Amino acid sequence: MSEKHPPVLRESATFDRLTIQEIQRAAETGIYDIRGGGTKRKVPHFDDLLLLGASMSRYPLEGYREKCGTDVVLGNRFAKKPIHLKIPVTIAGMSFGALSAQAKEALGRGASIAGTSTTTGDGGMTPEERGQSQHLVYQYLPSRYGMNPDDLRKADAIEIVLGQGAKPGGGGMLLGMKVTERVAGMRTLPVGVDQRSACRHPDWTGPDDLAIKIAELREITDWEKPIYVKIGASRPYYDVKLAVKAGADVIVLDGMQGGTAATQEVFIEHVGIPILSAIPQAVQALQEMDMHRKVQLIVSGGIRTGADVAKAMAMGADAVAIGTAALIALGDNHPRLDEELKKIGSAAGFYDDWQNGRDPAGITTQDPELSKRLDPVEGGRRLANYLRVLVLEAQTMARACGKSHLLNLDPEDLVALTVESAAMARVPLAGTRWVPGQGY
Amino acid sequence: MKTIDLSVATTRDLNQALHAPAEALAAREWLVTHPGGKHNLAVGVNEALSITIDGHAGYYCAGMNQKADITVLGNVGVGVAENMMSGSVRVRGSASQAAGATAHGGLLVIEGDAGARCGISMKGVDIVVGGNIGHMSCFMGQAGRLVVCGDAGDALGDSLYETRIYVRGTVKSLGSDCIEKEMRPEHLAELAELLDQAGFDADPASFRRYGSARQLYNFKVDNASAY
Ligand SMILES: Cc1cc2nc3c(=O)[nH]c(=O)nc-3n(C[C@H](O)[C@H](O)[C@H](O)COP(=O)(O)O)c2cc1C
Repeated sequence: MSEKHPPVLRESATFDRLTIQEIQRAAETGIYDIRGGGTKRKVPHFDDLLLLGASMSRYPLEGYREKCGTDVVLGNRFAKKPIHLKIPVTIAGMSFGALSAQAKEALGRGASIAGTSTTTGDGGMTPEERGQSQHLVYQYLPSRYGMNPDDLRKADAIEIVLGQGAKPGGGGMLLGMKVTERVAGMRTLPVGVDQRSACRHPDWTGPDDLAIKIAELREITDWEKPIYVKIGASRPYYDVKLAVKAGADVIVLDGMQGGTAATQEVFIEHVGIPILSAIPQAVQALQEMDMHRKVQLIVSGGIRTGADVAKAMAMGADAVAIGTAALIALGDNHPRLDEELKKIGSAAGFYDDWQNGRDPAGITTQDPELSKRLDPVEGGRRLANYLRVLVLEAQTMARACGKSHLLNLDPEDLVALTVESAAMARVPLAGTRWVPGQGY
Repeated sequence: MKTIDLSVATTRDLNQALHAPAEALAAREWLVTHPGGKHNLAVGVNEALSITIDGHAGYYCAGMNQKADITVLGNVGVGVAENMMSGSVRVRGSASQAAGATAHGGLLVIEGDAGARCGISMKGVDIVVGGNIGHMSCFMGQAGRLVVCGDAGDALGDSLYETRIYVRGTVKSLGSDCIEKEMRPEHLAELAELLDQAGFDADPASFRRYGSARQLYNFKVDNASAY
C-alpha cells in the first residue's frame, strides 16, 4: 500500500476483537469464562433519566437551610423490630469468602458511621462484620453455608435470597483458591474445592412453600426480625407479587448490572433485565396490592452516584443497595495498584478477576498477605465518606425538586433521554408527554 | 410435664413458650397434643428439652433444633429438622421431602419412609431411615452420615461432598460423582453405632457404602458432561 493511503483495517461489528479473543480462549481452555463485577456492555440505565428541578410551577427548597430527610424504616409490615436507617443507601450482601475478613469489617465500620446496614452473604456471618455493623442483615441462601440459629438470632434482619441480578436462576460459585481453611470450615467443605452452590432452596419450591418458610423463620426469631426477599430481576412484576403474598416485609430487587464475585461472563451479560426496567414493574405490583411503601423496595444493580439514588427513589424505591461501588470506595481498582494489576493481566479501572483471589487491594481475596493490605479502619472511613457524598448529592437534587424528604421524590420528577429508557422507566421522553407503550 | 393443646393454643404460643429463657423453663418434658399437621411446630428450640408431638406435623417440624430431643408420634411434612444443629428428632411415621435438609448436627431418625431429597445439602447431621428414601437424596451432601435400611431412589448422592451413605436395599441409580465404596471395619463399626442409636435391629454387614468419587471437586474439562 502506498504511503499516501495507509491501510484501513476494518473491524467486524459481529466478530470484534473481544469476540475473537473469547472464541480463541474457549478453544484453548474448554471452559466458560468466569469473572467478577457486573454487566460491562451498555444497557439503559439511570444516566438515561433526568430530574426536573423546580422553577415557577414548583418551589425548590433552600439548599443548606431547608431540611431534606433521608431516613427510612425497613420491615414494619410484620416485624416487631423494624430497622431504622439514617440513609437510604445500604450495603448489599457480599460473602466472607468472596471478600476478605478485613473487607467485611471495613464495610461494617463504614456503614455504621453512615447509619446504614450491611448484609452477610453466601458463607455465613463473621464476628468481624457482626462486631462492626450496627444493622446486619443475615442472608438465607440455597446453600445455607454457615446458617445457624444463633447467628439468626444475632441478626437484625433476614434476607431470603432467591436470586441475584448478575445471575437470576443461577447458583453461587467460589473457586478453590479462595476456599481456605477458614472459609471451608464456615461452609463445611473440603479446603480448596471449587464450590458450586445450589440455585434452588433445598427445602422449598414455589410461593406457597415460601410462605411457610417465612413463617418458620419468623417463629424461630419470635417475629422480631424483618424478612427481606431478594430477587434477581427477570420477571419482577410476578416475583414481587408472589413474595409479598408469601409475607415478605421488604423486597430487594437486583438488576442485571449487579455485581458478583464469580459468575460466568455469558450469564452476567445475557440473563436478566436492567434495573431501570425492573423498578416500574415492582412498583406496579406493590401498588396493585396496596403495599407500596408498606412493603419496602430496595433496588440495586449499578448504583454509583447520588443522582442514581435520587432517580431510583423517584421511580418508587424506598432505598438502594450498593456492592461494586462500596468495594471501589474501599480501594478496589485504585490507580496506585496499576503496576501490580498489570502484572496479573489487568489494569486499574478494568480489574474484574474477583473470582481468583489475587486482588492486590486485599478486598476480593483470602490471601492473608494481600488481605492485610486493607486497613479496615481506613477502609471504613473511605466508605463512610462515599456514602455521605451519595446522600448529599441525592439531597441536593431532591431539594431542587422541592422535596423535604428523599422519599417524596416521585416519577413526575423524571423524564427520559431516550425512547428506550422512557418505555422502560415509564416516564415521558424529555420535552414530550409521550410515555412509549402508554399512548399519548 | 407441660402439655400444650394445639386445638386451643396457636403455633406461636407453642414456639414462644419453648423459647422462654432457660431459667423460666421449669418443665423439661413437653407434650404437644392435637398438632393437626400444623407447620413450624417446635422450631428454633435452644434448650435440652424433651418434646413429644402427639400426632402428625406439617412443614419444618423441629426446624433449626438445637439441644432438644423431639419425637413425633406421626408423619411429618417437608423439611423435618431442617438445619438442625444438635439434639435429636425422631419421627415414628414417615417424612415428606427434604428431611434433615442442610442440618449441621444431631441425630434424625425416621422410622418409616422419607420422600425425595432426604438429607439434601446435609452438613454434619446423622440421619437414619427405617424404610426407603426418595430420589435426589443427599444431593450435595457435605458431611455427616445417612443410613437407609430400605431402598434409595434415583440419583442418590448427586454432587456429593463428604457425607457417607449406607444403604441396605437397592439403589435405583447413583448421581454424578457418587460411587460405591469399600466397607472397611471402621465403617461397619460406625454403622453399628448409628443403628444402635436409632434403635434399629439390622446387620451392618448387610449394607453397602457410597461416597464421593471427588472427581468434581475441581473443574476439569474432561468432566464437563457430569455437570
Ligand atoms: C464481591 C461480591 C460478592 C457478592 N456476594 C453476594 C452474595 O453472597 N449473596 C448475594 O445475594 N449477592 C451477592 N452479591 C451481589 C450483591 O449483593 C448485589 O446484588 C450487587 O452487588 C449490586 O449491584 P452493584 O454491584 O452494581 O452495586 C455479591 C456482589 C459482589 C460484588
